[in-house]
Amino acid sequence: MTADTHRAIDAVWRIESPRLIAGLARIVRDVGIAEDLAQDALVAALEQWPKSGVPDNPGAWLMAPAKHRAIDYFRRTALLDRKHEELAREFATREMVVPDFHAALDDNVGDDLLRLVFVSCHPVLSTETRVALTLRLLGGLTTAEIARAFLVPEVTIAQRIVRAKRTLAEKRVPFEVPRGPELAARLSSVLEVIYLVFNEGYSATAGDDWMRPALCEDALRLGRILAELAPREPEVHGLVALMEIQASRSRARVGPSGEPILLFDQNRARWDQLLIHRGLAALARSESVRSENAHAERLGAGCASSPPGPYALQAAIAACHARARTPEETDWEQIVVHYGELARLTPSSVVELNRAVAIAMVFGPAAGLELVDALTSEPSLESYHLLPSVRGDLLEKLGRKDEARAEFERAAGLTKNTRERDLLIVRARGCSGGKVLSKPQ
Amino acid sequence: MKFMMLVKHAENQGPPPKELMDAMAILSEESVKAGTMIANGGLAPTANSTRVRVSKGKLTVKDGPFTEAKEMIGGFAQFELKSKEEAIEGAVRFMELHKKYWPEWEGETEIRQIFGPEDFAQCMNERSAAVAR
Repeated sequence: MTADTHRAIDAVWRIESPRLIAGLARIVRDVGIAEDLAQDALVAALEQWPKSGVPDNPGAWLMAPAKHRAIDYFRRTALLDRKHEELAREFATREMVVPDFHAALDDNVGDDLLRLVFVSCHPVLSTETRVALTLRLLGGLTTAEIARAFLVPEVTIAQRIVRAKRTLAEKRVPFEVPRGPELAARLSSVLEVIYLVFNEGYSATAGDDWMRPALCEDALRLGRILAELAPREPEVHGLVALMEIQASRSRARVGPSGEPILLFDQNRARWDQLLIHRGLAALARSESVRSENAHAERLGAGCASSPPGPYALQAAIAACHARARTPEETDWEQIVVHYGELARLTPSSVVELNRAVAIAMVFGPAAGLELVDALTSEPSLESYHLLPSVRGDLLEKLGRKDEARAEFERAAGLTKNTRERDLLIVRARGCSGGKVLSKPQ
Repeated sequence: MKFMMLVKHAENQGPPPKELMDAMAILSEESVKAGTMIANGGLAPTANSTRVRVSKGKLTVKDGPFTEAKEMIGGFAQFELKSKEEAIEGAVRFMELHKKYWPEWEGETEIRQIFGPEDFAQCMNERSAAVAR
């Protein structure tokens, strides 16, 4: 019974803690203190619930001790800080007027959560710290779970979180949603953190620890929450669309013994149609929000709407694949257009490499190879295994088997993923014209 | 982890009270905002349903209504959650609403995990281990 209760407490914590911490952070104006207060409430629950059972409204139950400790905190600091004194008075008054404090918080809960998202992803923190803090405060993950997911010692994550809270307090980062020109940059930091979490999980294969693929679900959950909190932001829907569509392929992208299966070899019947449907809906929403925003901002006639952002564009590319029932049905012309837009918006060698693949599909391997060859001198791609991998593929299609084999072997030597290396070695062998190569290690 | 919640109940219990419908609407809105509920739906009465069945090598197609008075699936919801405990907690909250707003009602929510690729792999391993034994 006790073990069951402890597991129930874990579940309640996962559901309630973001709202609890967000609500407390607005009151005490310090994310670190808010989390400490919420943790204290959890400790109280761990003491009482195994005896009394999980209460009917666990969120309100947790809020009660947190609230008392918040009042204590104010009493201690009120003498030092006039503003806090006012807050404390306002807080105490409200407490008397509204007995159900949880209900009072509910009115603002969306705003509080959004503030918490922006503070957790604040640029004063390093990217890896933002990731840890976001998963901890908004994903409800424990330090141990985050550590396991990112394959680092638990103490490292614990230190990151402690430092993060200290930095936020020292730099006096306000508990607020940024406005005006700052909003775009801050939002892109939030989206970056969520997508990074997603990719950390997505790039792991099924053979890895199960916590890593679970990161995809954590990221999706965060993205879906953000889409509800900031529904007027097209890029939020764009990111959600991108993640939903990529996640729809997770069942199809790994073979029975854990080997990766490339997009065009995947059994599309195994793609998750529900996630594809959700992804396409999110993409449509991104596009309609963008045009509504443009319409609202339009001062004169003839003003073009703002172009789609990088996440919406990547989602649009993913959608082209998702809509195709067979690889042959893929709308490569559209993909070439989207990659062109993406290359203009966020120029990078990786985008250019992907564009080359799309160009090869529309205009033939020679046209693609021309673009890829231009990238071979790119220093940023020097150790990027997908460059020789793509080049090998195009050379193979052009019948230049010996060059293709050399490229696949080079790619195999560069990749860090053992499954992918095996796959590349198989492809290299396929180009050897029946010759048996030395057995790979 | 993905879960399918199946709500089962006898069909002759009449329409749900408005208070329950409102409370369920709020709960489901919260689940969407929390990013956990990814699909849901209510099912039409089994009187309108059709069963296509294979038994003893024979295929039959039978239209409702069906005479058995057993509990039927009346609704479903698909969730993406961190643990089964979280699914149980969600189902408890859903059923609490029924208890509160429709005390005469009887039924259950069954929580079924939807297998992901990693679960299939594990299941196959267990099966081959069992065969090897």
